[in-house]
Amino acid sequence: MMELFLHQVLAGIATGAIYACMALAIVMIYQAIDHLNFAQGEMAMFSTFVAWQLLEWNLPYWAAFAGTIALSFAAGVLIEHVVLRPILRAPALSHVVAFIALLAIFNSAAGFIWGHGIRSFPSPFGTQPIFGQTLVSPHNAGIMGMTLLMLVLLYLFFRHTRIGLSMRAAAANPESAQLAGIRVGWMLALGWGMAAAVGSVAGMLIAPIVFLEPNMMLGILLYGFAGAVVGGLTSPVGAVVGGVLVGVIENLVGTYMPLLGRELKLTIALVIIIAVLTIRPSGLFGRHIVTRV
Amino acid sequence: MTSAASAVKAVSMSAPASRPHRAATLLEARDVSVRFGGILALDGVSFTAAEHQLLGLIGPNGAGKTTLFNCFSRLYTPASGDILVGGQSILRHPPHRIADFGIGRTFQNLALFKTMSVFDNIRVGCHRLGRSDFLSNALHLPWVRGETEEADAIARELIGFLDLAAVSERRAADLAFGLQKRVELARALASRPKLLLLDEPAGGLNHHEVEELGLLIRRIRDERGVTVLLVEHHMNLVMSTCDKVVALDFGRKVADGTAAQVQRDPDVIRAYLGTKRR
Ligand SMILES: Nc1ncnc2c1ncn2[C@@H]1O[C@H](COP(=O)(O)OP(=O)(O)OP(=O)(O)O)[C@@H](O)[C@H]1O
Ligand SMILES: [Mg+2]
Repeated sequence: MMELFLHQVLAGIATGAIYACMALAIVMIYQAIDHLNFAQGEMAMFSTFVAWQLLEWNLPYWAAFAGTIALSFAAGVLIEHVVLRPILRAPALSHVVAFIALLAIFNSAAGFIWGHGIRSFPSPFGTQPIFGQTLVSPHNAGIMGMTLLMLVLLYLFFRHTRIGLSMRAAAANPESAQLAGIRVGWMLALGWGMAAAVGSVAGMLIAPIVFLEPNMMLGILLYGFAGAVVGGLTSPVGAVVGGVLVGVIENLVGTYMPLLGRELKLTIALVIIIAVLTIRPSGLFGRHIVTRV
Repeated sequence: MTSAASAVKAVSMSAPASRPHRAATLLEARDVSVRFGGILALDGVSFTAAEHQLLGLIGPNGAGKTTLFNCFSRLYTPASGDILVGGQSILRHPPHRIADFGIGRTFQNLALFKTMSVFDNIRVGCHRLGRSDFLSNALHLPWVRGETEEADAIARELIGFLDLAAVSERRAADLAFGLQKRVELARALASRPKLLLLDEPAGGLNHHEVEELGLLIRRIRDERGVTVLLVEHHMNLVMSTCDKVVALDFGRKVADGTAAQVQRDPDVIRAYLGTKRR
């Protein structure tokens, strides 16, 4: 009984690491622009197709991996410049429309270029069981490791570099940041680039599990949102913890309430989002900001 | 100690104890006008501030003081007129270059980076002193590290100067209003400004704290060689600390001179007694 529970928690952590990866990308953009980017999942999916294409062209895995990150970063910067810069001061609804347009564009572009067939995507982590156990597959362990690594790198970047500090400042108060000499527009573009890069890593790690096809990110994005919301939307650590929590909850509900778990899988994510927003809008790690009036 | 800290010392040493008789002009507002829809918030305002001067800017509510500061810091662009700093028009440069002109400011209603620590807020103020690009930051190249250490040293020096050590790791938004104002002052000083714009720094302070603030502002001017523009409703503070006072009313300059001259000026007296008309 206890063993089943532990097993399911562990498995939940493993899937949760995927959501954590996605939640991390969501939080990065949210921090920079104060909006949730609904196209984030499709951007990650498109990046993953690019990686697949590079692999098809016989690049070694890690070269394709690095190349995809670089291309995604550049694409993120470009999207900010071309699509979002012109509507920077427009109301939130304009942003939502732009995000939905981006979502549709990436989804259909991927279908147009690579077709709608389901493809397999390789895992770089091999098949050798780690530590002689079979509970957590090597790939899932690899996802956890990569997510933690990204978290640490992002933390170091935002804490200890001048540009990282400037990006946080530009998001927190654009006027004051500009006054300090920071080019706020560029910081936004960098934020988009970094979020696209993090998203591409998430996509490449997820694809071996869910298989590669234009709609692969639909469910995952929802769970990523749930993770980000649980974590409070403003904290990268919160995003990772939130993502893992959501994975564990999903797995436990699936185990102990099989009917609910199977039929209403996506509903669980929605219920979590709504529950957190009602009970504790700032999430577990979010900081509540009181506006002085 | 690092080079930054010694540079701070060097600046304080070389700052003149007494000002030269005929100081050069640092800031010149030439016929500045700003319009918001129907109202003329500034109507052809001209004045100059000399280097190392402590200039008070007074006027009733809505006179246009903050609007003028917003022009000096490139948040607003005047409809006409020009603003020169060190003889160069700042209007011909993009807003993010304002720090390079040596202009630093604080805000009437605070504009801190609320979610960031006091220390980080001040470090952002040092931004213009660094030059590194995204790639070297991402890879954390050695010279980026040197730059970061320099910013840390400047921030630490200011935390000592403004007595913020006890709260340096606290989130800015969690501090009391008066402390937040001091953090903003530290952030402004971190850019090593030549011209410091203070918008109602005495707001929310008690009588004793206002007196201390007056001394602090003089110290900043004397030790750091900064020209200070002070917007204040607290007349005692303005009259006791400023070398020169400019009075605005309804967007127009109504007086310009020493504190004593401006205090006696009939237009100034009328502007203040007549505030009831609003
Ligand atoms: N962004 C804006 N849009 C429209 N009107 C504005 C704006 N900023 C200022 N004003 C108007 O311009 C005039 C000058 O305002 P300003 O804030 O400069 O006054 P102030 O001298 O700083 O007053 P206070 O002492 O109350 O701070 C006021 O009539 C104000 O309503
Ligand atoms: Mg004002």
